[in-house]
Amino acid sequence: MEPFVRLTAVAAPLDLPNIDTDRIIPARFLRRPRESGFGPLLFHDVRFDAGGGERADFVLNRPAYRGAGVLVTAENFGCGSSREMAVWALLDYGIRVVIGPGFGDIFFENCFKNGALAIVVAAETAAGLRRMLAERPGATLTVDLEAQTIAGADGPPIRFEVDAFRKHGLLTGRDELALTLEQLPAIEAFEARRRVEMPWLG
Amino acid sequence: MASPPRTMFEKIWTRHVVAEGPGGQMLLYVDRHLLHEGSTHALERLERKGRPVRRPEACVATADHYVPTAPGAGEIADPEVRRMVADLGRHTGRLGITFFGRGEPRQGIVHVIGPEQGVTQPGILLVCGDSHTATHGAFGALAFGVGSTEVEHVLATQCLWQRKPRVMRITVTGARPFGVTAKDVILSIIARIGAGGGVGHAIEYAGPVIRAMSMAERMTVCNMSIEAGARAGMVAPDETTYAYLEGRPFAPRGAMWSGALAHWRTLPSDPAAVFDREVTLDAAEIAPTVTWGTSPQDALPITGRVPDPAAMGDPARRASVERALAYMGLTPGAPLAGIPVSRVFIGSCTNSRLEDLRAAAGVARGRRATVPAWVVPGSGGVKRAAEAEGLDRVFADAGFEWREPGCSMCVGMNGDTAAAGERVASTSNRNFEGRQGQGARTHLMSPAMAAAAAVTGRLTDVRTLA
Repeated sequence: MEPFVRLTAVAAPLDLPNIDTDRIIPARFLRRPRESGFGPLLFHDVRFDAGGGERADFVLNRPAYRGAGVLVTAENFGCGSSREMAVWALLDYGIRVVIGPGFGDIFFENCFKNGALAIVVAAETAAGLRRMLAERPGATLTVDLEAQTIAGADGPPIRFEVDAFRKHGLLTGRDELALTLEQLPAIEAFEARRRVEMPWLG
Repeated sequence: MASPPRTMFEKIWTRHVVAEGPGGQMLLYVDRHLLHEGSTHALERLERKGRPVRRPEACVATADHYVPTAPGAGEIADPEVRRMVADLGRHTGRLGITFFGRGEPRQGIVHVIGPEQGVTQPGILLVCGDSHTATHGAFGALAFGVGSTEVEHVLATQCLWQRKPRVMRITVTGARPFGVTAKDVILSIIARIGAGGGVGHAIEYAGPVIRAMSMAERMTVCNMSIEAGARAGMVAPDETTYAYLEGRPFAPRGAMWSGALAHWRTLPSDPAAVFDREVTLDAAEIAPTVTWGTSPQDALPITGRVPDPAAMGDPARRASVERALAYMGLTPGAPLAGIPVSRVFIGSCTNSRLEDLRAAAGVARGRRATVPAWVVPGSGGVKRAAEAEGLDRVFADAGFEWREPGCSMCVGMNGDTAAAGERVASTSNRNFEGRQGQGARTHLMSPAMAAAAAVTGRLTDVRTLA
């Protein structure tokens, strides 16, 4: 996993609440191999029309937001299906940070497992950022994971919370599997105890 | 000193902690892991890395998302889909994982076959790379959906890093009025707390209405927890649970059964347990329910009308409803009953069990479908049991199509999709834009309501057909 430390990039606002992972990437694309690249599939059916042409009204198709590296969303972004391809599509497009008032729990987890940073901020903070980005198309945000801050062109940086486990994972790009396997003695001890206490589970 | 009162969630969680990590993360032990074609990505990554699967005997796999459901379907036509299904067979064979593949009599939707086979048991921690895994919480298990990286992690370590969620209790009081099903109860709950209302929570469903439900009904309720944002939904185990489980192929037997039962009886939340949030609904206020929009929270009684965005004060809410109505092709203020539908889908991990099919057949019997209507049983077991009761004949006589088990038109991955602009009365769990096909419009409802829509060709209050 590629480490994430700090990013300055164009940020795009998405005002609709409850954007589900089906909308981030439709089910018919999920069978594709990881290597095939999921960037062109991001938000496919709202980004492109039936003929494959770009829909001019979709935010990432507007010249100023094209190639955004940060998304600022409304409530419950990434709700619904557990498909990890939703995060792959964001990453392959070039978006490494999503900022919003709340995310689908599984999507949120999937972000950190893939080197993307999902940041929960207060609803008013997210709304303020979206308003600023709409007023100043092409504005950039700097997201500093080490310092846990989001900074725009003006105003004081916004402080955000991230748990130490996830932060360390992103900063180092660590292999979580290897980390867990270090706990093997604890896992084995647990299994031995479980065989005695709950033998019906095998 | 007596230990403080604990919730069922707390009891099960504590029992599964292997180690504590930084930031409040806990390494949890996974008792059972269910796999489907979508899990193949994770199996492939493990093979490439040369990592073994820690406990193949704790896994059960089935083919559901991508299998064709057309009656008598032969070879899978699409080479990519054929490969997905074949690869799962190859990996499970290589690893010695139990696999119910195509043509296997026990094959079916992963959230139907787990309980049906007795794999799902009270007190266990069960995961699956599918967001509807909360279904298994109906047995008093802690069950939740995970992403593909987490699937790989569980396969390799039998463990998962998790942060403890908060716990919400949703109590449904009173008794269900005539014609009100488990689906109406859960749609009403989601409408009340919202599509994000359960984020960061595990939900325990409680109260006399839940207590009186069958296992199939409890599964319908727990199944849609994720539609309210909650990764896990649970119901305390009781005699209904034990009676359902006893004698199932993977359930404990003999002395093991007695030991398990003694443990299961300790699981329900202590009477004085404190929940982070409490929500109460009165069942008397619940009516047969349908969705009108593109989020499961957009649910109203069938006697209601399409909402009018112009009457909404919050501009964000107004814009969201305007967009949903434009996608759904609905006029503000129009009565929901009477909206014409193009087709009907009865199936999915929410509503494809024997009781669901009986309810739909009860409405279909002696009537005729006026639009294409599919019935997709949840598993081979459900299909055979339904046929033994003659339900397939009831459906066939009423002009409904009786199909093979699978996820089918709930998610459309196997090609079972509705066309753009088609309006589907569906017993599935998601009415998202494009969920049942690009441009397809979904109205969620119970099996009886879907059957009523099939015979009238319109969204219909099933109580008026009785």
